[in-house]
Amino acid sequence: MKTLKNTLFILLATVVFSACSSDDDNPTPVNEEEVITTLTATLTPAAGGTTITLKTQDLDGDGPNVPVVTVSSPLAINTTYNGSLELLNETESPAESINEEIEEEDDEHQFFYQATNAIASFSYLDFDGDSNPVGLEFTVTTAATAGSGNIIITLRHEPSKDASGVSDGDITNAGGETDIQAVFPVTIQ
Amino acid sequence: MKYYVMILCFLFFNITQSQNCNSSLYGEIHDFHDGTTISNATIFIENLNKYTTSDIDGKFSVSNLCDGQITIVVSHLSCETKRLDILIKGETFHTINLEHHIEELNEVEVKGNANSKLTKTAQETLLKTETIERYSSLNLGDALKQVSGVSSINTGSSIVKPVINGLHSSRIIVMTNGVRLQDQDWGIEHAPNIDLNTAGSITVLKGANALAYGGDAIGGVIVIEPSKIRLNDSLYGKTIISGHTNGKGYSLNSSLIKTYQKGWYLGAQASMKRFGDFETPDYNLTNTGLNSKGFSINGGYKTFEQGFNVNYSYLDSEIAILRASHIGNIEDLVNAINSPQPIVINDFSYDIDAPKQEVTHQILKTSFYKRFKNFGRFEIQYDFQNNQRYEYDVRRDSDDKDKPAVDLTLKTHTLKTNLKLDAKSNFTYNLGINAGYQNNFADSSTGIRRLIPDYDKYDLGAFIISNYRINNDVHLDFGIRYDFNQIDAKKYYLTSRWEERGYDVDFNDIVIEDLGTQLLTNPKYEYHNISASTGVSYKINDKNSLIFNYGLSNRAPNPSELFSDGLHHSAARIELGDLRIQKETSNRVSGTYNYKNKGLSLNFEAFYNHINDYIFIEPTGTEYTNRGAFPVWSYKQTNAALYGIDLTANYDFSKQWFFKNKSSYIKGNDLSENEDLIDIPSLKTVNILGYSNEKWLHFNTELQSELVFRQNEYPDNNFEVYIPTTDEMVEVDISTTPSTYHLLHLQSNITLDLSEKTDLNIGVNITNIMNTSYRENLNRLRYFADDLGRNIMLQLKLNY
Repeated sequence: MKTLKNTLFILLATVVFSACSSDDDNPTPVNEEEVITTLTATLTPAAGGTTITLKTQDLDGDGPNVPVVTVSSPLAINTTYNGSLELLNETESPAESINEEIEEEDDEHQFFYQATNAIASFSYLDFDGDSNPVGLEFTVTTAATAGSGNIIITLRHEPSKDASGVSDGDITNAGGETDIQAVFPVTIQ
Repeated sequence: MKYYVMILCFLFFNITQSQNCNSSLYGEIHDFHDGTTISNATIFIENLNKYTTSDIDGKFSVSNLCDGQITIVVSHLSCETKRLDILIKGETFHTINLEHHIEELNEVEVKGNANSKLTKTAQETLLKTETIERYSSLNLGDALKQVSGVSSINTGSSIVKPVINGLHSSRIIVMTNGVRLQDQDWGIEHAPNIDLNTAGSITVLKGANALAYGGDAIGGVIVIEPSKIRLNDSLYGKTIISGHTNGKGYSLNSSLIKTYQKGWYLGAQASMKRFGDFETPDYNLTNTGLNSKGFSINGGYKTFEQGFNVNYSYLDSEIAILRASHIGNIEDLVNAINSPQPIVINDFSYDIDAPKQEVTHQILKTSFYKRFKNFGRFEIQYDFQNNQRYEYDVRRDSDDKDKPAVDLTLKTHTLKTNLKLDAKSNFTYNLGINAGYQNNFADSSTGIRRLIPDYDKYDLGAFIISNYRINNDVHLDFGIRYDFNQIDAKKYYLTSRWEERGYDVDFNDIVIEDLGTQLLTNPKYEYHNISASTGVSYKINDKNSLIFNYGLSNRAPNPSELFSDGLHHSAARIELGDLRIQKETSNRVSGTYNYKNKGLSLNFEAFYNHINDYIFIEPTGTEYTNRGAFPVWSYKQTNAALYGIDLTANYDFSKQWFFKNKSSYIKGNDLSENEDLIDIPSLKTVNILGYSNEKWLHFNTELQSELVFRQNEYPDNNFEVYIPTTDEMVEVDISTTPSTYHLLHLQSNITLDLSEKTDLNIGVNITNIMNTSYRENLNRLRYFADDLGRNIMLQLKLNY
């Protein structure tokens, strides 16, 4: 019977103590780490001229606001541009560059460049340790005739870089999961 | 001749004893509960080897006793046998209380597995130890599917949530060893943290009629009880080892219990299981392994009149989730749906990589009970649960690989008391009060916005249930329960989301801090819920019986229905809770017809569950982010009806052969929109042909045919989306249900008696014998991969 009493006592004590230990601190806010808020493609004409930027910015990440897509000016026909990408997470302060992450693990990432209406073609300038393309650096060659269409930039995480056509920039068999996908309406003139 | 010698010896023995002994014992035997006297009880004086019986007034007397201690054993038909020491000094008077209600004997079961029903008038099904042991290396959800009307909603094959009559998650209460499980049960990917090896019996109660467990079990209650403790001096246990071909899995469970006749007992149990990647008939399911470890310690003291119990259990499960199911955007989902095989298939491995979850659940329970004469039984219990849940997503940066995406700690304290008044055998009352405190903490170091916020929750409940036995054939039940819940949360909203939801208009007063892009808010809710239940059981004759019941229950919205807010990776959808969601109310009526003849038994159950303000999630639009487009699914409320029938039939052709059928059919309607409800189990029928022969080493075998029909009634949630990489609009078919499938299973076992107390049971179970490829509607990974192919399991079970 003494054991019973002791057990009851311990039991009661636990309840009393645990009921008292609550704190009123506010939770710390979380800045989303996995979000890429901003992608900027800077296109510099190989032969010199005006630099063009394609930018998509979605400051609320997976929130309801749509990404703001801007294209600084039309592209010139029959021109080759050297392109480079900058990816940022601007929910953090200062903004975090995602480029480094991708460069460090370039074998697990690949950008894919596509254009509708055959307005442009693309090639890779940077490669991972296995000589597979990455796509932070690239070239764009515009069509010989004027027109308009979309340039689509997709970043896939853990794609099958060895699958058919993937190293040539064909996304069809790439698999993996999409980390970013931006659609830029452009004009070639 | 022998007879005469014995009598002679007896007489001689008595004479020699009585020479110095002239004391007497006068006794009266009473029923413990109501104090009535018990006639015709047998009183055996052990020292003297002498018998007598109690008379019509419960009185007895024994004369010619010597002074000193004697031991008597009192027994009576339908009573617990009682053994006690009495000190005789001259004329001694002693009152003896016997336990006269067979159903109450549960408490001090001496041997056997005579499990009594938990309720008199609810739809109740019991799974016994031998059935549970067959699923030793699987999940609670798998075992429960043996009950007609219970199905499961799965995420792969290792995360299995039970569905009772079409309802699951927060609409089901899981009680384990008297503790209401609190383990973030709102999530479809959150399976109950139960080690099936700790269960001695499992009872499924359909509907909310068992008010003692809670008032919000709109779907039903699952009651898991440990094995009964034997009350004799004994040391016993069992070990189960099993191996599986599919997933190259193995598991081990072992338990040992020491008991004393005086009532003390101590037991321990430990189990582990390990599986690698499972496989379908055609390919490996990459990253589907699991690693689970658990143990429990149980000790205490138990007699008919009083006792206590201290129990601690620990379970840690690490479960991998199909790699191909982690997708980035809707285009990936379209690719997955259109691809006949998962996008990622690697060689077999035991590795558990992201996406995965690791959950540790600990329960500490102490309880104490005492019976009072002519009154009833009082019980008080305190329990503490700690649930630590980590979920790991595939991260862009592999340096963050070991950083969880979800890190939730849920702590729950519950104190409850229960008083069962059973002094009158025709009227019993069961009343109880419970108080609980719960704290959820979401760690911010995940670097991913919280899935659900930090909150404190307080619960207070009180109930009274009465059972009236009109006669042996008719029982009436009536119960009422009141629950108060308060939830005090602190949640960050994206300012854009806050405005998009219109909360800036309706809930501006709960904002406590403005960080620019985020707002800290303090939502507080209070709920007062009344639930009620009534039922009648009527035994028409020895063969036919009927049960009718009605239950009213209310369920307060769970944290995900109120607060969820973010991208759900495996579903490629944005899920949004709503602060405006109210509680839902269920009115359920059901009837059961039971027929039992020599060879044939039939159990037919029907129910109609009308739910006002039924909370569900449905697509409400599309949002664009830098990852691409996502459908938005929002929690909403509607009026719904679920109704169906469950059938269990058993026919014994002979002592050896039997046939069994279990079928269930259910419909779910959204009454406001005049649509079908999503995730309703489809028509299923299971036919079993069994054979057993005691002479062949207790051989048992069963061939099972499981036929699951295509669900033809589902809401059309398909949507059109622009896919940039192919530059076209496509319809995303997330609604069309998988085809009808038929599976065959075989299970057989033999038992070798190794010694008087030791036996070895060897079992072989083959599931999906024909290696059929199929997908199940209620498996959330059905968009990505087929279900499991053939598995052969060998199980060795040693009882000692």
